[in-house]
Amino acid sequence: MSETTSNGGAASVAAPAIELKGISKAFGPVQANKDIAIRVMPGTIHGIIGENGAGKSTLMSILYGFYKADSGQIFINGKETTIPDSQAAIGAGIGMVFQHFKLVENFTVLENVVLGAEEGARLMPSLSKARKLLTELAAEYELNVDPDKKIEDIGVGMQQRVEILKALYRKAEILILDEPTGVLTPSEADHLFRILKGLKDEGKTIILITHKLREIMNVTDTVSVMRRGEMTATVKTRNTSPEELAELMVGRKVLLNVVKLPATPYAKVLEVENLRVKDDSGVERLKGVSLSVCGGEIVGIAGVAGNGQSELLEVLGGYRRAKGKVHLNGEPIDLTGRKSDGQSRREKGIAHVPEDRQREGLILDFHAWENVAFGYHNAPEYQKNRWLMDNRAIRKDTVGKMERFDVRPPIPSLTAKNFSGGNQQKIVLAREIERNPELLLVGQPTRGVDIGAIEFIHQQLVALRDRGKAILLVSVELDEIMSLADRIIVMFDGQIMGERIAGQTDERELGLLMAGVTDTGTSPLAQSPAGAMRVGNPGQGR
Amino acid sequence: MDFLTFLQISDTAVRFAIPLLFACLAGLFSERAGIFDIGLEGKMLAAAFFSAAIAALTGNVWIGLLAGIGASLALSIIHGLASITFRGNQLISGVAINFLAAGLTVLIAQAWFKQGGRTPSLSDFGPNARFTSITLPYADQMEDAGALGLVYSELISGHSILVYVGFLMVPLTWYILFRTRFGLRLRAVGENPAAVDTAGVSVVGLRYAAVAICGILCGMAGAYLATALQAGFVKDMSSGRGFIALAALIFAKWRPWYALWACLLFGFLQALALRPDAVERLVQIDIPGQLLDALPYILTVVILAGFVGKAIPPRAGGEPYVKER
Amino acid sequence: MDVMPKWADALLIPLISIAIAFVISAGVIVAIGEDPMAALNTMVTGALGSSYGWGYTLYYTTNFIFTGLAVSVAFHARMFNIGGEGQAMLGGVGVALVCLFIPFPHWSVALPVALIGGALFGAAWAAIPAYLQAKRGSHIVITTIMFNFIAGSLLVYLLVEVLKPPGAMDPATAKFAASTHLPTFQDMFSFGEKPAFRGAPANVTFFFALVSCFAVWLLIWRTRLGYAIRAYGHSEPAALYAGISPTRIIMIAMLISGGLSGMMAINTVMGEAERLVLNSVEGAGFIGIAVALMGRSHPLGVLLAALLFGFLYQGGAELSLWTNVPRELIVVIQALVILFTGALDNMVRMPLEKLFLLFRRKQPEPATTSPKPAE
Repeated sequence: MSETTSNGGAASVAAPAIELKGISKAFGPVQANKDIAIRVMPGTIHGIIGENGAGKSTLMSILYGFYKADSGQIFINGKETTIPDSQAAIGAGIGMVFQHFKLVENFTVLENVVLGAEEGARLMPSLSKARKLLTELAAEYELNVDPDKKIEDIGVGMQQRVEILKALYRKAEILILDEPTGVLTPSEADHLFRILKGLKDEGKTIILITHKLREIMNVTDTVSVMRRGEMTATVKTRNTSPEELAELMVGRKVLLNVVKLPATPYAKVLEVENLRVKDDSGVERLKGVSLSVCGGEIVGIAGVAGNGQSELLEVLGGYRRAKGKVHLNGEPIDLTGRKSDGQSRREKGIAHVPEDRQREGLILDFHAWENVAFGYHNAPEYQKNRWLMDNRAIRKDTVGKMERFDVRPPIPSLTAKNFSGGNQQKIVLAREIERNPELLLVGQPTRGVDIGAIEFIHQQLVALRDRGKAILLVSVELDEIMSLADRIIVMFDGQIMGERIAGQTDERELGLLMAGVTDTGTSPLAQSPAGAMRVGNPGQGR
Repeated sequence: MDFLTFLQISDTAVRFAIPLLFACLAGLFSERAGIFDIGLEGKMLAAAFFSAAIAALTGNVWIGLLAGIGASLALSIIHGLASITFRGNQLISGVAINFLAAGLTVLIAQAWFKQGGRTPSLSDFGPNARFTSITLPYADQMEDAGALGLVYSELISGHSILVYVGFLMVPLTWYILFRTRFGLRLRAVGENPAAVDTAGVSVVGLRYAAVAICGILCGMAGAYLATALQAGFVKDMSSGRGFIALAALIFAKWRPWYALWACLLFGFLQALALRPDAVERLVQIDIPGQLLDALPYILTVVILAGFVGKAIPPRAGGEPYVKER
Repeated sequence: MDVMPKWADALLIPLISIAIAFVISAGVIVAIGEDPMAALNTMVTGALGSSYGWGYTLYYTTNFIFTGLAVSVAFHARMFNIGGEGQAMLGGVGVALVCLFIPFPHWSVALPVALIGGALFGAAWAAIPAYLQAKRGSHIVITTIMFNFIAGSLLVYLLVEVLKPPGAMDPATAKFAASTHLPTFQDMFSFGEKPAFRGAPANVTFFFALVSCFAVWLLIWRTRLGYAIRAYGHSEPAALYAGISPTRIIMIAMLISGGLSGMMAINTVMGEAERLVLNSVEGAGFIGIAVALMGRSHPLGVLLAALLFGFLYQGGAELSLWTNVPRELIVVIQALVILFTGALDNMVRMPLEKLFLLFRRKQPEPATTSPKPAE
């Protein structure tokens, strides 16, 4: 466990900035953290890596006083400290940047920074004082933001800087960042890492939580690995390799690449021409997208979250109206009229594994069998007669689907919320794939899914492809796109930036496209320095 | 409609607007902090009864006012328990509070006064048992000094102290909300409680504070009804004012100054309903009294339907705060 | 995660909540200087001690079944319909118009037509708030409250200015023709010398209410529409994904809800008063909220809760007749039931969940059923 560090570090004379001993935390019957021990040395960047649901965020939330641990001790700079609430954490010099920012959308940057750290009951003096300090901090750490802009009007990258400023304004010496790069382009992420290194040089301690091996290798000094609520190892970053970390995360050797034969594309199944979509507030989210998917191939859409991919899936899935033309096997698809709903799409043979299975793909309070009928509840085989549904037939169908997709536990009457993320996703996949659709839309198929299930899900998608069906895959995990897709389309700001054949491109090239840099130079939007900030802008979905 | 009639109706409108205004500002504090409150009606009713009952028993309207505020505050705390501590459904809690007040006031009134669920008239308990109207300086002399003088003496002068307090509440609310630390935090907790929580401020504390302020203001609204507008409590005397205040709040888009105008408008409509003759002379058709009665409610529906601008409530409104899993 | 077994969730929690509500109600009775046991005694004797009492209890029960079902159906679509009161008022207008202006040969012909009339009018009154919610996002709670007030004014206008027979004093319609009179329990169950249910208003509508319970159960748990309603009620984004139209679900659920409220008028207007009077609804629309919450929006639960409230209502009437306790006691009990089964649900649930967790920890954990957290 943590012995690795204490032996290895020559400079570890000083007390650790943070030391946790025996931290345990259960949510109801689920043990999120089990007897965790960790030491974080001052002035270092310490990475914590683990799969989704491994308990990283829970642990850090305990450290920030957001949750209370069931047992265990916390030492800050060698002194035992209790952290009952966030106020205490702030008092102990801890700042946290959550994965989902904790900002008030219709407040200004300044108001957000000041909130909770005001001086005196009157607001105006606090604000003017904060404005001065903010300018100083911004200059010191390359954290430029306009203090009078409202949060809802600035991009995610800038919002993240506001969160960092909030922590620094509260004089944080220890900064925790939870999955900070999920919403950033590669270049924004690099900027963030420069900021973090600058903070480290100032003597601050940084804890970086992530599930991305590349980040850990690039920026951290030490890395701790978590698996299923336990801390499995702590090692010096320079003494380890991505392969070793991956194995520690999962507990066994994994193949990071999908085994598949080259695609043999048939005729065009899906043709999209000049698709335009406006969101509810009138902002154009798709600005003339054209693409096609053939039978027998997987087309992957890469891009930073919030650049129109979700809208594309929603339009094709039948729950967002759009302008333009879409054809399925040569037949026009209704985009605005009576036949533009999800039911009509399913009748035409378009199946959809949505990006957010808990919010859209499943009714968490429904039984598994009810979820198996979800979206297909009008299907003739699920009806007893004109009026009544045949619940027995649905249950029977569910038993078969659960078996074939290895859903555990295979209990049709269990409510959906009681399955793990991977098994929930398998229920959705079974429902959508077993209909043998002409076109399968897939959004973030492995988000929040354990690695074992990822392999299975990828195999199923490839198998469907090999049956000659068309698959349109949207994922923000570039690795997933690169290993699964046959053709890769990059989206940025509602437009297609370019198309590449998988295997004939690399992460760097795709990363540039994702940032809006096209083959012929920068896109009109990314020309100004402010343009780069528009990535993932504004208020992307959830 | 001649000028004097207009002034008289306006005067009545002000009287009717004040309970709406208190309740509307009460709702504003609560909803800005993210707690929906359809129990304004019940809190007003409870305050109306207890202020009148205690004023009758003590002969002192100020003690009555305190009792009214206390009763309203007690119901606020129940609402707080349900919607903050136990994260229940705020709408259902509000409905329950309305019925609780409707039932308890009659039950207690019957037990205490045995007059079929009402209090005796406060005019029988001496001059201090209710709020009387204040004649502002020179009001009598100004009556003959032209139109402005008439406005001063008829409309501005001659209200009870609570009316003036009510109007003062508007700038005060504005100041608290937009110029103090408390206001910043209050607005933040109604928009994104997680931001407040992670900033090290207690969400629960802030929301209880807001709910308590709501209780106090509702208490004043109810006390005004029973001890100033009328002289005593009668069954169901709030008669939907809590809901009209709620409508005014939506109309005002949760802003204090707009709230004032909205309440004056609804007060004016209520005043018009009392003067069908004036309305008839004005519009030259026979309008059934029931239509005038229903007009505030119809107008509210029209407002809610968004035909008069879209009202966006505080984003975290109605949702109990749960630290995410 | 499901911490508690299903039976605890469906039965134990409501029962504890109701128990708390009743203990506090007893406290209220003590506080106003009466004896709760004596009060209970009066209520039980008055409501359940005779076929006459039962006749009233079941009469009220019939009302509450309809309004309870109405609130329940809307609840399943996550619509909080507080407008049952106004919808029932309008339902009364529909029933009255049918009974007044169509010459029926026999009640068995009049009943289905009046049912349709009541349901249509009730549904129509729910349609506007439903439409505004579906299309313009106007909060249905507020609009239905407003529509209650508007319905009240409309009813006064209709009875005073339009439907009142010339020369009559009180605001009510004329008596309906004898051929529309529904058979009461007295007509149906009196054999031989001794008439049962003498003078009590319970009538054939009660059986129709039972049928409605079953029909609603079928609708919600056995039909595609019910499936769609429940799916929408649980998650709007998911419903959209599945191709379930929110507008359609909101409209249909609210129309059914309003229709059920309107049907209540069969019992009160056609079955009891045999003319339309001002206060024929008597708050039954609001009691529907308590009934639905207590019955967990399940028709069987609604039936039981309606029975309890029928008893309370009749018992409360007896109580105000024989003692110094006003009828408003029932409003207090109703408020407490809504408060504890609806808003303070977690007050009972949280400690109970801890208890169950404690109990479960002592048992060895079964290996297969320890799934990972849902993220």
